[in-house]
Amino acid sequence: MLKFLLSRLLTFLPTFFGVTLISFAFIRALPGDPIIVMAGERGITEERHAELVRQFGFDRPIWEQYLDYLWGVMQGDLGQSFVTKKPVWDEFFALFPATLELSVCAMAFAVLLGLPAGVIAAVNRGKFFDRALMSTALVGYSMPIFWWALLLIIVVSGWLQWTPVSGRISLMFFFPQPTGFMLIDSLISGEKGAFASAVQHLILPTVVLGTIPLAVIARQTRSAMLEVLSEDYIRTARAKGLGPFGINGVHALRNALIPVVTVIGLSVGTLLAGAILTETIFSWPGIGKWMVDSIFRRDYPAVQGGLLLIAVIVMIVNLTVDVVYGFINPRIRKG
Amino acid sequence: MNLIAKAAAAILAGSLVAGAAQAKTLVYCSEGSPEGFDPALYTAGTTFDASSHPVYNQLVEFVTGSTEIQPGLAERWEVSEDGLEYTFHLRQGVKFHANDQFTPTRDFNADDVIFTFERQWKDDNPMHTASGGTWEYFQGMSMPDLLKSIEKVDDYTVKFVLNRPEAPMIANLAMDFASIVSKEYADAMLAAGTPEMLNQAPIGTGPFSFVGYQKDAVIRYAANPDYWKGASPLDSLVFAITPDASVRYQKLKAGECHVMPYPNPADIEAMKADEDIELLQQQGLNVGYLAYSTQVAPFDNPKVRKALNMAMDKQAIIDVVFQGAGEIAKNPIPPTIWSYNDAVEDDAYDPEAAKKMLEEEGVADLSMKIWAMPVQRPYNPNARRMAELIQADFAKVGVTVEIVSYEWGEYLQRSKEVDRDGAVLLGWTGDNGDPDNFLAVLLGCDAVGGSNRAQWCDEEFDALIQKAKVTSDVAERTKLYEEAQVRFKDQAPWATIAHSTVFMPVRPEVEGYKVHPLGGHIFYGVDLAE
Repeated sequence: MLKFLLSRLLTFLPTFFGVTLISFAFIRALPGDPIIVMAGERGITEERHAELVRQFGFDRPIWEQYLDYLWGVMQGDLGQSFVTKKPVWDEFFALFPATLELSVCAMAFAVLLGLPAGVIAAVNRGKFFDRALMSTALVGYSMPIFWWALLLIIVVSGWLQWTPVSGRISLMFFFPQPTGFMLIDSLISGEKGAFASAVQHLILPTVVLGTIPLAVIARQTRSAMLEVLSEDYIRTARAKGLGPFGINGVHALRNALIPVVTVIGLSVGTLLAGAILTETIFSWPGIGKWMVDSIFRRDYPAVQGGLLLIAVIVMIVNLTVDVVYGFINPRIRKG
Repeated sequence: MNLIAKAAAAILAGSLVAGAAQAKTLVYCSEGSPEGFDPALYTAGTTFDASSHPVYNQLVEFVTGSTEIQPGLAERWEVSEDGLEYTFHLRQGVKFHANDQFTPTRDFNADDVIFTFERQWKDDNPMHTASGGTWEYFQGMSMPDLLKSIEKVDDYTVKFVLNRPEAPMIANLAMDFASIVSKEYADAMLAAGTPEMLNQAPIGTGPFSFVGYQKDAVIRYAANPDYWKGASPLDSLVFAITPDASVRYQKLKAGECHVMPYPNPADIEAMKADEDIELLQQQGLNVGYLAYSTQVAPFDNPKVRKALNMAMDKQAIIDVVFQGAGEIAKNPIPPTIWSYNDAVEDDAYDPEAAKKMLEEEGVADLSMKIWAMPVQRPYNPNARRMAELIQADFAKVGVTVEIVSYEWGEYLQRSKEVDRDGAVLLGWTGDNGDPDNFLAVLLGCDAVGGSNRAQWCDEEFDALIQKAKVTSDVAERTKLYEEAQVRFKDQAPWATIAHSTVFMPVRPEVEGYKVHPLGGHIFYGVDLAE
């Protein structure tokens, strides 16, 4: 097991350096001089432009800028945002809990509904329930996020008035947020109704962000289950007289889980991408919206730092998924 | 959490729960996050809404809802005969806000004024580099060239000495970058090694004090009880940051906010019909235009430019691109600016006459490029669509148009080239309500190769605006600018296309809100009906 972990960690390092290079190069490869974009229609004189180029250090050779950046990264310093003048690290981790909270809820929503739906569809293969579920999943998978979000806001918040339109918590609550996770902070605050308000605000964004992973997980679970259900050992289990729960829940599902866990791992990327739109629509103060704003403002340190941190997080999740595989399936661990 | 924050939280909780019985909180669904809270570091309106308008004052200020100037932290001022010396007499007894790191020990005085400008101007001012800023607006308004010195006459008198007479100087001092900051606060933060606090926890003299900012989510302010103009009828002000316009509309309908900016043009009709919404509107302080490349044949011929202007169906552009939320522009300045010459007549839409005029000038089979901006602006919500409409109009008079576009930074840069190929769609939003801010910046000879995208240098026009710039008498300046507009129309370096209309949907219980022509969203003087 240790050897397995070490080998995984070794692949981690080159990927990490690759990501620093790509994130550094990506924003510089975009057309558009950040200083000219900043000046806008007002424009800027050539002398002033040259002065700012010096001030931002853009006049130095590109490799020198990269090494400087890399040196900073090694020391945990991602630089300072051009726009807000705050350290990128602080900016990112002030917003990241909001994204993480939303992503975890969306993933929980997708798994808790998607797994049973997939199992039930597989067991009832070809019947009405299976077809209805799989067509719904296809619709869910193809739904544009912004459209789905606005539809839910208009119907659920506007007409039915069941949930608030946007934000993380009602504006009447104003308490310190030591963890940045609104569900936890609202509980700690001890203010009456705060937790309920945080939950209400989470419902629509969770549904919107969780819809695509839900559809993918349901479909993946169904096809993995179908494959497993035709295996010999399932027939044996049936012959032994095991009940449907024993067969489907214990024997089949556990073996069907491997491809499903892969999909869940891959969905983390999808979630972070979906978070950009979801966060913008629901005024959710997370990193998705921050990254987009930073790209438009050509805020080099924020974009390269943000990309790097997101990549590292995705890498850690993938590493965890690999380890989880090992637990579910000993063949991978030893192979 | 500090005391003010606790008090504000109590006020907020009280107001929203008890239906605003005792405390009044106005919630503004703002369109984006401020870049910071030091208005001198930035140029975006969203940042000014959250900083200079609620928290700060300037020496002189715009009357809310107009471009007129009134006394601010300066009670009165004098300008010397030669127009080179401006002496400001400061208001006494004005208090700065306090926060948990700073409590002012003295009132506002001349030191604060001098510090405010020197930190943007002088390299040796410790805050000049410590704030990490580039002071873009101070630079952009050419203040370093303009200022010779700023002198403290006594604690409550400050003298600005200029290198040359400049009539728009007073209007410049009403701008957001000229917001007066506390020298005492800056000194304290520098000593504590946290100069960035000026940008993160602002201290000003304005109607609202800053309470807290939760990044990308909420900004909170409490009314300043000691405000020198009298405390706001509101107890607190909350910005709920809501980037999506459709969502802002839903929040306004649901009563989750009282005021929202920038509605979707497509929602305007529904808002007009909605009983829960009052739709305020005003002409924007902007102009959208098509600038010909006037140093390149055949666009160096004013008659050719005029003929093309006559071929353009501007009403169709207003209907399609602005969806009615705009009006046809005939002058290079919007009607909300003083000296707007209403007697000028626009070139009427007449394709037949245009075609004939082009033939008379010997122009046949003309093909040209039109540049369409890649970004949305109030003065041009959809440049690509606008370019397509113009393309179709010009085709009717035998002119073939190719539409081109570049990344925004490239676009701004390349469009400055003097021998540029093609006419450029662009526009301008006024900074200070002074006609000079449009006419000299966009059409002056000095700006050729820069913000004068028509590359148009006309001696007669330039003489008029240069004279107006050094004349302090407003009536005389008005006459000069009116004449300049006549000359502009005659020479047609641009096709003036549109001024946008600004719509502000507010809840019916909001009282006294005025749409500000300079684009800011200002909540001092606003009340909520019980």
